[in-house]
Amino acid sequence: MRITCPICGARDLREFTYRGDAILLDRPSEDAGPEAFIDYVHLRDNPAGEHDELWHHAMGCSAWLQVRRNTVSHEILSVALAREVR
Amino acid sequence: MPRLPERGLIDRNRTLKFRFDGTQLTGHLGDTLASALLANDVRLVARSFKYHRPRGVVTAGSEEPNALMQIGQGRAVSPNTRATVQELYNGLRAESQNRYPSLAVDFLQVNDFLSSFLSAGFYYKTFMWPKALWEKLYEPAIRKAAGLGALSGKDAEELFDTAYAHCDLLVIGSGPAGLMAALTAGRAGARVILAEEDFVFGGRLVSERLEVDGQSCAEWAAWAVAELDALPNVALMRRTTVTGAYDGGTFGALERVADHMATPPEFCPRNTFWRIAAKRTVLAGGAIERGIAFPWNDRPGVMTAGAVRSYLNRFAVCPGKDAVVFTNNDDGLRTAQDLEDAGAVVRAVVDTRPDAQIGTWGRAFPGGQIVSTSGHLGLTSVTIRDLNGVETTMPADLLAVSGGWNPSVHLTCHMNGRPVWDADISAFVPKVGAVPGLTSAGAAAGRFSTHAALADGAEAAIAQLADIGISASPVEVPDAEDAPVAITPFWHVDAPGRAWLDLQNDVTTKDIALAHQENFRSVEHMKRYTTLGMATDQGKMSNVGGLAIMAELSGREIPEVGTTTFRPPYSPVPIAAMAGRHGRDQFQPHRHPPSHALSLERGASFVEAGLWHRAAWYPQPGETRWRQSCDREVAMVRNAVGICDVTTLGKIDIQGPDSAELLDFVYANAFSTLKVGRVRYGLMLREDGFVMDDGTTARLGPTHYVMTTTTAAAGQVMAHLEFVRQCLRPGWEVSVTSVTDQWAQFAVAGPASREVLNKLLDVPIDDASMPYMSCGPVRIGGVDGRLFRISFSGEHAYELAVPARHGDALVRELTSQAEARGGGLYGMEALNVMRIEKGFITHAEIHGRTTADDIGMGRMVSAKKDAVGKVLSTRPGLHGPERQQLVGVRPVDPGERLRSGGHFFDEGADVKPSADLGYATSVCHSPTLGHDIGLGFLVNGRARLGDRVRLVDKLRGGEVLCEVVPTPFVDPEGGRLRG
Repeated sequence: MRITCPICGARDLREFTYRGDAILLDRPSEDAGPEAFIDYVHLRDNPAGEHDELWHHAMGCSAWLQVRRNTVSHEILSVALAREVR
Repeated sequence: MPRLPERGLIDRNRTLKFRFDGTQLTGHLGDTLASALLANDVRLVARSFKYHRPRGVVTAGSEEPNALMQIGQGRAVSPNTRATVQELYNGLRAESQNRYPSLAVDFLQVNDFLSSFLSAGFYYKTFMWPKALWEKLYEPAIRKAAGLGALSGKDAEELFDTAYAHCDLLVIGSGPAGLMAALTAGRAGARVILAEEDFVFGGRLVSERLEVDGQSCAEWAAWAVAELDALPNVALMRRTTVTGAYDGGTFGALERVADHMATPPEFCPRNTFWRIAAKRTVLAGGAIERGIAFPWNDRPGVMTAGAVRSYLNRFAVCPGKDAVVFTNNDDGLRTAQDLEDAGAVVRAVVDTRPDAQIGTWGRAFPGGQIVSTSGHLGLTSVTIRDLNGVETTMPADLLAVSGGWNPSVHLTCHMNGRPVWDADISAFVPKVGAVPGLTSAGAAAGRFSTHAALADGAEAAIAQLADIGISASPVEVPDAEDAPVAITPFWHVDAPGRAWLDLQNDVTTKDIALAHQENFRSVEHMKRYTTLGMATDQGKMSNVGGLAIMAELSGREIPEVGTTTFRPPYSPVPIAAMAGRHGRDQFQPHRHPPSHALSLERGASFVEAGLWHRAAWYPQPGETRWRQSCDREVAMVRNAVGICDVTTLGKIDIQGPDSAELLDFVYANAFSTLKVGRVRYGLMLREDGFVMDDGTTARLGPTHYVMTTTTAAAGQVMAHLEFVRQCLRPGWEVSVTSVTDQWAQFAVAGPASREVLNKLLDVPIDDASMPYMSCGPVRIGGVDGRLFRISFSGEHAYELAVPARHGDALVRELTSQAEARGGGLYGMEALNVMRIEKGFITHAEIHGRTTADDIGMGRMVSAKKDAVGKVLSTRPGLHGPERQQLVGVRPVDPGERLRSGGHFFDEGADVKPSADLGYATSVCHSPTLGHDIGLGFLVNGRARLGDRVRLVDKLRGGEVLCEVVPTPFVDPEGGRLRG
C-alpha cells in the first residue's frame, strides 16, 4: 500500500503508523463529561467501505494525516494534513 | 544421444560438467538442469510424494510438479528446486529426493502397492484412535515418511537482499505481448521494468518455430530485447518472478541473482527480493498448458506438448525417439510437426476431437483416447482406443499431451479477484479490474495467437500509459500467425486404472470422486480433503482439471463449481530472501550510547533496552558474579560518586509561545507554573486515564522546555506530542523535536558528585546556584552544556548534558575524576537497585494497566486545567481500595530471596485465582539494607502497611512470607537528595 503524504509525496506503507478513526480529531471539551469521553475513546463504527482515519508519517516528516480509505479495497481516496482538516 | 544438431539457444562451445546422484554428466551453457538431464537420456528424475512412483520431467517451466531436486551441498543446499528452472552451471550437484536407497530401487514404493488404502482422507480415517497414540506414534511416523527434500539445518552463509524499485509501467512476462508492451512504453519514454521469470527473454517465442515479421520468432524476440536494452528508461530484469500483487500498485518479485553460479561473487546476493511500486502494470505472464487425466499418465516420458516443443526448439533435445501425441486442440498437431522435423518417429496422433483434421504423422486417431500406458521406470508403450472402441497398443517412449492452456491468472487473484470462465477457450481468464492499475494482455488474457498477443501488448501499454498522462504512439504490429483457438474441452479418460491430476501430491481422479461421494461439495473442502493443488506447484497444471471433474460429478458447469483462491507467492520464495540482510546481528539496528567505547574497554556486560545496548555492570578484577559488581557499584554511589550514561532516555525539545500550554495539556500535573531554571517530575496519562509515561521536564527559558521520557517510551511519547500538537491543538504555536541523539547525558550521583563536577565546570556550582530540582546552562572546557540537579538514585546527584560528539570525552573525564574519589562507572543493574531502594517506578510498574492513583500519585492529577486523560481518570473503578496499589515488600526472614512475578496471597488463604491480591513487579537485593526488597501491587495496599502477605511463585515454585512496608526503603525523608 502507498500513501501520498501532502509534504513528502507517495511513500510506502512501511513509513506510516496507523492510529485509527479520524473521530479522534473531535476531542470533547473538558466539561462534556465522562460519557462523551467514553464515546470518544472507545466507540467506533466499523464500516465496510469508505473510512476517515489517522495515519502518522512516523518514518518521514512526522505529519499526522487524515486518510480517506476504502476498508474493502484498501484504495486510498484522499490524504490531508490532520492539522488542516478541522 | 538425444541432443539435436544446429538449433536452439544453447552454446555448444561451452560444455558444463555436473553431477546427478553422483554420476558425472555434461551439458551446455543455456541448458536447464532438466534439459541437460534429458540430453543425457536421464528420464527417471524423482519419486512421487505419496506413492513413491517413478517420475520424469513433465514441463519446461516453473509449473513443474515432478522434477524437484536438491541443488548444491553443505550449508547452502537448496531442496525442492525445480530442475526445469535451474540453470546449468559448471560443477552443479543435484540429488534426487524422496527415495531410499536410490531412484531406481525405492523401498517406500510399497506405498504404491497399498494405494487402494491410501486414498483421500486416509490419515483422517485411520489414525483417529486410540488418541494416546497420535502424538507418540502416528504423528512421528507420518512425519518421518512425509516431506520431500531437506534443508541443511545450518545457518546460510550466503547473502540475500531486499530492494525497492519504482516505475511507470511494470511489464510481467516477456513473450510477444510483454515485449510489445515494453517496446511501446519504452519508446514513449516511460520508466519501464520488464520482469521475466526465465533467464532468456521471449516467453514462448524462444520455444516455437513460428515467423514474426518475416524472421523466426526467436530472432524477432532477440531483436526486440536488443532495442529495449539500449533504452535507458527500460530496466530488463531477467530471472525475476513477480510473486505477488499488493495494494497500491506494489508487487513482490524474486530475482534469482546467483542461483546459476556455483559460488556467487563476493558481496553478490544469491537472491534479491524486490518490492516494485508501479503506477501501472501489464500482466503478460502467458499461459500454462494442462494435462489430460488418463490411466497411468504419470510415467517418465509423458510430457506436456509445449514442453516437448521447448526441449526440441530451445534446448535442442529430443526427449524421445518413438513419439505419440495426445491432444484435444491444434497445438498437438504443431507438436507432431516439430517432432518429425527434429527426426523423431511420430507413431501416432491421438486427437479426442472426432472431426479433427490430422495430418500425415504416423497413425491418425481422430476421436481417440489413450486408455493405458506401460513401462515401470519409463514409458515403453501406450494403448489407444479409437473412435470405434478398438484398442491398439504400440511402443512409445514419449507421449506429448496437450489438454489446452490456462491463462496465468494467479496475480489477478491476489487481491480477492475471482477469474472468469471463458467458454470459447475452455479456461479461466482474469477478471478485468481485479487488481487496480493492472491489465492483462496476450495469452494471460486468453488471447492465444501470436498476432493477437503482439497487438494486445501494444494496446495495453498505450491504454495504461494514457491513464497516467503519458502519451505513447502506436507501434506497428509485426506480421505473425493468427490462428483461432480450436479446442474441444476434454478432461479425463474413462477407463480402468489410476489417472493423475496432481502429480506432485499424487491426487488421482478417483480421489476427487471419493471426495464427492463423501459429500465434499465446496471446491475449497475438496481441495483440502484430497490435497489437490496444495503442493509446492500450487496446482498450476491440475486445478482446472480437478474442477472439471467435480463439475461433471455434481452435474454443474465449471464456473458454478468456482475456483480455489490463489494467494502469493506465485512460486516459492526463500524466507531468507524476504529477510534480506535483516538477520542475526543485523536483525535490527544497534543503538550505542556515547559511553559505549569506554564500556567496551572496561569489559562491561550489556543489556538491550529497545534498540539500545546499555552497560549492565562493570566487573572489577576478582568479581566473578554480577551481584558482586552490582553491590559494589551501589555502595560506591551511596558512599562516594558514580557515573552512569543516561543518554538513552528520550529527550524532547519543546519551543514556542504555547509550550507551557502544551505541557499542561499532556501532563496530568501543571508545568506553566514551573519557573525558568527549575525541573519538575511529570506524569503523563493516556486519554483513557491510565498512565502512559513519566519523566522530568526542565524549563530552560520562558518558551523553552526540554522533556525527558523513559527509554522504552521515547518513540511513543514523541508521536503522542505530535498528535496533540497537530490533531488536538493545531492552533497552538509550539514545536516539538526529538533531541535524544543530539545530547549525551550522564548521571553524576553520590556525596562527591559536586566535587567531581566542579573539577570540570568552567564556573563552579554550589547549593545556592544549583539547588535540588534546578537546571541551567554550564560550560565544560569551553563547550556549552546543560546541568540538571535531579536524582534517580536518591543521592545528591546531577545529570550533565553536552552535544553528543563530546560525550565520549566527557564520560572519560567524569570517570577519571570519580575514580580519583573512590567512585567510578555504574551500570543498569546498580541503577535499578537504587531506584527500587527509593521506590521510583519504571515501566515494570507503569505497564499500561495502572492509574495515577494505583501508584500513589492520584493527587498529581490537577483539577485546575484540562489534560489528556483527566476526565476518564475520574471514572469509578480507577481509584479506591478495591484497586491494587503500589507498595513495598520485604521478606520477614531477611535471609529469604524475593522473586518478581510472584503473586500475593493472605496468610492462610488458598492459592487460587479468586484469592489473588496482586503481584511483585520489581525485586532486588538491597546492599544498602542487607536484605531483599520489592515493589508490587496489592489490593488496598496503602491501608495494609505492616501486614504480612505470602509471595507465591507458582511458575518457579516456592513462597516467601513478606511484610508490606512503605517506600522509599532508603532515606525516606530525602535528606541525601538535598544534601
